[in-house]
Amino acid sequence: MNPRQKDVLVAALAAVGLFVLWEIAVRLFKIPPFVLPSPSQAIQSLLPVWGVVMGHAWQTLWTTLAGFGLAVVTGVLLGAAVGTSRPLNLALYPILVGFNSVPKAALVPVLVIWFGIGTIPAILTAFLISFFPIVVNVATGLAAVPPELREVLKVLGSSRLEAFTRVSIPFSMPYFFASLKVAITLAFVGAVISEIAASQKGIGYMMTSASSQFNVPLVFGGLLVIAVMGILLYAVFALLERRLVGWAYRSQNA
Amino acid sequence: MPFIELRDVSLRYDNGYLAVEGVNLSIEEGEFVALVGPSGCGKSTLLRVISGLRPPSAGQATVRGQPVGSTPVNIGMAFQNPTLMPWRTVLQNILLPLEVSPKHKQRYRQNPKPYVEAARELMASVGLSGFENAHVWELSGGMQQRASLCRALIHQPEILMLDEPFSALDAFTREELWQAMQVLYLNRRPTVILVTHDLREAVYLSDTIYTMSSRPGRIAHVRRVEFPRPRALELTYQDDFAHIVRELRKQIGGMRSQITGLKGVGA
Repeated sequence: MNPRQKDVLVAALAAVGLFVLWEIAVRLFKIPPFVLPSPSQAIQSLLPVWGVVMGHAWQTLWTTLAGFGLAVVTGVLLGAAVGTSRPLNLALYPILVGFNSVPKAALVPVLVIWFGIGTIPAILTAFLISFFPIVVNVATGLAAVPPELREVLKVLGSSRLEAFTRVSIPFSMPYFFASLKVAITLAFVGAVISEIAASQKGIGYMMTSASSQFNVPLVFGGLLVIAVMGILLYAVFALLERRLVGWAYRSQNA
Repeated sequence: MPFIELRDVSLRYDNGYLAVEGVNLSIEEGEFVALVGPSGCGKSTLLRVISGLRPPSAGQATVRGQPVGSTPVNIGMAFQNPTLMPWRTVLQNILLPLEVSPKHKQRYRQNPKPYVEAARELMASVGLSGFENAHVWELSGGMQQRASLCRALIHQPEILMLDEPFSALDAFTREELWQAMQVLYLNRRPTVILVTHDLREAVYLSDTIYTMSSRPGRIAHVRRVEFPRPRALELTYQDDFAHIVRELRKQIGGMRSQITGLKGVGA
């Protein structure tokens, strides 16, 4: 077994172990399913309605990805502005920090007034909750470029654009990818919050309607579905990160 | 006409701090010059003035009679920190200047082959053969600094600026790199300006040594070094070599005691 496979095994065993503990605790203390269902009950509750669940999951997945996509575009542009221009940094940073401190759940009703119930508020909530870490990391990465590296290029007579593409962009890529992993999980949170509050589609909606029928196992089934989607997308970006900016993590691979 | 000339150059930072004052220097084409002096005497600042990164607050800096920055001059730079880019292989790092230098980028894009060949030769001359496709972090500090020197020279610069490039290395590696530097210098004969704290390094490598006083930096002492090249490392243990080092040390000791109020201990 190579070290990489060992790492995966450790992670998988820990997750399985958590579920086993949960299952044992529920059975041992005879916790009723409407308080805390065991994982097996949660999974069982999904099976009869699998097709419907997958439909909701798909809705949540694509609204999350749409919001995340918007967040990446906005985050990179704002991050580049804040990270390369001091006046823009001074002007925008306080506003961004202030905006990020606003609980996004509080914005959902406003978005519903503007755009109606459904997909658009979910996309926008996913976007609003996930763009900030991208802005901060892109700005930090660009600002952290060693001045000597810039001087080397400047003395060679390179244009600002050449210096930007050859030094600033590659240098800030590890920061960017680190923020994507945070942002994608936040985007899920945003989409589900909005679905819970105001939607007729998506895992969030499924969970609200299940809980209104006291179908607590299905609520937990929905949580599991979200968690699995979150892990899978996180893994996608972690893999992309390894492929594209592996140089920044050489100590682990070397 | 001297190749590089500074006339009454002063530089005051935005915060009012006077870094260098009234500096006069003239450097011939192909000359190897060292700037030594106590820390904070504005040596690196002078490099930045000559390379056009910082315009002087007063006085004039000219290269070939033209004010610095008015005409493009090919300059190579190496710093104490090798500043290689970890996302590029060693060879790609060395080729970087060719991608941006206005003098070379067109030709390099159309036909990179001769340039890659030149880079390989340069690498061979400093003992880096076989590491073309290595990653930066696979190289030791001394090897990274060799690669940094290759990068500073690949575009055939007329002026080579070295800002304490050997000071972070251990003593043995440092002496090896002095020799590598001498080989590179003798092959190409660029005009070299070396900033260093190491007086043996300055005497071993240079034709002329300018000792600077500090706060604000001024040229306090000029010393010619006439040893013929190539210079053997053995030279650094001979009396006439040690004599020059001692003379420089005394100069700097005198300046330090002015600052600290101590008698120049051991100088």
